Amino acid sequence: MKTRREFIKISTAGVGAAAIGLQALKGKGFKWFPEKFSGDPVSNEDLTPYPTYCEVCFWKCAGYTYVDKKGKIRKIVGNPNDPNSNGRLCPRGTGGIGMYYDEDRLKTPLIRETRKDGSQYFRRASWDEALDKIANKMKEIKEKYGPEAFGFFHHGTPGGHLAHLMKAYGSETDAEPAYAQCRGPRSAAYYATYGSYIGSPECTDIRDTRCLVLIGSHIGENMHNTQVQEMSMAIDQKATIITVDPRFSTPAAKSKYWLPIKPSTDIALLMAWIHVLIYEDIYNKDFVKKYTFGFDQLKEHVKDMTPEWAYGITTIEPDLIRRTAREMAGHAPAVVIHPGRHVVWYGDDTQRERAMGILTGLLGAWGYRGSLYIPEAMEIPKFPQPPYPETKWNWKDLNEGRFPLATMGITTEIIRASVPKYNYKHKVKAWLSAGTNLPLSMPDKPLFKEAVQSIEFFAVIDTMPMEVTGYADVVLPEATYLERYDFIRAAQNRYPSIALRMPAVKPKYESKPAWWIVKQIGERLGLHDYFNYDDYSEVLDWQFKQVGTSLEEMKKIGVKTFPRTSGPLYLDDYENFEFNTNTGKVELYSTEFESAGFNPFPVYKPHPEPPQNFYRLIYGRAPMHTFSRTQNNHNLWDLMKQNTVWVHPSVANLWSLKNGEKVWLKNQDGALTDFSVEVRVTERIRWDSVYMVHGFGHSDKKLTRAYGRGASDEKMITHYAMDPIMGGTGMRVNFVTFLKEDPYKNKKEDKG
Amino acid sequence: MRYAMAVDTNKCVGCADCVVACQTENLVPNGYCRDWIVENVEGAYPSLDMKFQSERCNHCENAPCVRCCPTGASHIVEGGIVLVTHDECIGCGACIESCPYDARYVHPEGYVDKCTFCIHRVDKGENPACVDVCPTYCLHFGDLDDPNSEVSKAMKDRSWYVLAPEAGTNPQIYFLR
Repeated sequence: MKTRREFIKISTAGVGAAAIGLQALKGKGFKWFPEKFSGDPVSNEDLTPYPTYCEVCFWKCAGYTYVDKKGKIRKIVGNPNDPNSNGRLCPRGTGGIGMYYDEDRLKTPLIRETRKDGSQYFRRASWDEALDKIANKMKEIKEKYGPEAFGFFHHGTPGGHLAHLMKAYGSETDAEPAYAQCRGPRSAAYYATYGSYIGSPECTDIRDTRCLVLIGSHIGENMHNTQVQEMSMAIDQKATIITVDPRFSTPAAKSKYWLPIKPSTDIALLMAWIHVLIYEDIYNKDFVKKYTFGFDQLKEHVKDMTPEWAYGITTIEPDLIRRTAREMAGHAPAVVIHPGRHVVWYGDDTQRERAMGILTGLLGAWGYRGSLYIPEAMEIPKFPQPPYPETKWNWKDLNEGRFPLATMGITTEIIRASVPKYNYKHKVKAWLSAGTNLPLSMPDKPLFKEAVQSIEFFAVIDTMPMEVTGYADVVLPEATYLERYDFIRAAQNRYPSIALRMPAVKPKYESKPAWWIVKQIGERLGLHDYFNYDDYSEVLDWQFKQVGTSLEEMKKIGVKTFPRTSGPLYLDDYENFEFNTNTGKVELYSTEFESAGFNPFPVYKPHPEPPQNFYRLIYGRAPMHTFSRTQNNHNLWDLMKQNTVWVHPSVANLWSLKNGEKVWLKNQDGALTDFSVEVRVTERIRWDSVYMVHGFGHSDKKLTRAYGRGASDEKMITHYAMDPIMGGTGMRVNFVTFLKEDPYKNKKEDKG
Repeated sequence: MRYAMAVDTNKCVGCADCVVACQTENLVPNGYCRDWIVENVEGAYPSLDMKFQSERCNHCENAPCVRCCPTGASHIVEGGIVLVTHDECIGCGACIESCPYDARYVHPEGYVDKCTFCIHRVDKGENPACVDVCPTYCLHFGDLDDPNSEVSKAMKDRSWYVLAPEAGTNPQIYFLR
């Protein structure tokens, strides 16, 4: 009998025409068949829906958790009234159920112990013991160094609860990888240019656009739900899609124009586009005249940045540069120059984002239907509490004047400030983290390891044993989002909305919600006034009542939408619109950059090229996984178990690499991947680069499904290019080569 | 009445949401699936074309799996949906061998399982779970005999293809170009 076919198959009709599987499942090995998977499907009427919003990624789509009569979670389905999901969750949201059922979850508090022989292990601890230990350490650090020396790292809703605790305690020494390792350059650039942020979900009017321009952004591989849905609507409306990417990405395949750019040269392309718009006189004159500042200087600045100049840098033919610029101009202002999200690539990322903002301004593609709309979010009043104490120093002071336009803490700076040899004026002595797996989300793992050895104490709140929990002194098991109350989601959109997350079931094992955890620590520190409630539902009910609803009503509807009050969605409905910049205009010429000592205009600068026999490492996302946090979720693991390294056929030929062959990667600094990774020979990648999906190659054995599957791109990112403007860590500056022999064959090395 | 599905390959991004929605809706054990994604890449860098296809049982009008089933477990119900009665299935696997689409598998409990078009939902006037979850709105389901059904409207004025037409099965999953 034939074995069952794998989920995701590839049949290549191009070069090397054999059909290859993305996943090598083929009925081999592990089949997981838990009790929940037996019986017949039941209709929705026999299930009870509980409102929630998703925590598998940051999009926070609202939906319902469906529970059967036996109290088992059966499925999670989108809420049709939610503007983020429109009733349709992405694969991760649909598979979020696996977070709850994961048998590898953290089950009890854990405390690190050292045996007589020096070896260490985790001991099960009671909640009281673990919380006492953390609270006592916090008191000790406060007495010895001041509360500011207790740094914290956070992401998502658990991170929000942690931030509340730490601010009440007296520390604003915080950072989240979502800033300096992700969207930070975008924030700095658009704030400088437009006086406002792009925000999340991004205020991109893709639904009504006539032209969507994606620069290294890959909607459909990232499942930023609303954007994926709206790109589909744009395809229906026959909008033009232009994709700039060295890789033939999913949206590239849906594009009228794919510009297979040489990596690291995007600024040259953007400046050439700007040149064409200005010197062919096809820019949006009304918008530029009415709303912008610095056009004449810009015209002079880009005088020599012709498509012919850019051709030699980008390898994009001048004719294609001109045609795509004209296409954008023809659709203006209904053009979305997508600002991207993970934009820390080469260390000059804020300037690249500036170039995108300038291009947007020349098209007038800001504030019009089909471009960037003016978003609005609901203001949720804060539950009564005393003001947070003043801090003597915070994340900003820690930077000692570097990265002046940073608006949030910079993760690598807090990590460096934890290492005595770097001699920071403000030293970090202990860490708390929630919802972020630092070893797999930060560049320069040796730095992380050094820092974590230097600090006096580290506690981690998470739902899963991740690499980060392995470094902790105390680990606290958090309930999953399906088992807890949480903040009100008040995300921006075309109109304001709020969403409730409530428990559908009781927390499994001994796990507890983050709001409960931080309250317990707060009470031990004498901070009761900041936690003046017994259950978080009291906070929610109070807040809901301030905005004209109640917990009772929200438990029924899950999502409530409100009319706009801040003003119209589009610029043409305003009489006078002043941008929140120094000049009150869209700053093509950035006065903010100039006064901070940076070039007011973007300039293309060459970046280092791969040495011989090395290839630039490009990484990205798969639609069924989020960062490094979902690989062990059995639903999502089932869809994609490991990453592969994409290699162009000519490179494969050179190295005699076959599809599915296992290789180890080594980078320019000699760093090795912990595990082997399968080669995927594909025409979809340039010959000077290789590509991997981020988040795989877990080295924590407690992740029984994810352990040892694929390779970690982060392990190859020992080098990063720091953005001097806001502290972003450009991570596409690493080069890898292939090892066909197991480099660990003759030596025992500490993996991870 | 003739139930059918149209898959718009211009919109599908291959995210596999249809796969996981089916698994949770129908309690498909991990390691198995009733629907899946195929990625087709053609050409050479940089002249490339790529399409994703969300595939499943084709609910063929001329279904080889039904013809070869020795016990009558595989059968066709009203609307053309091909089903397997679990209690009557002996797990012999003849249907699996006969299916040109590799759409069937042996469930760990011993019977052969596959896509039912979510008949428990369709009977109540709902769409199959995969259709309702798809974030790209690329799946369209309904009655081909009804010109106003979602599937009929989606196929109107669009060119389409089916899989393995040479097998003569008259499959009912249509892929829109």
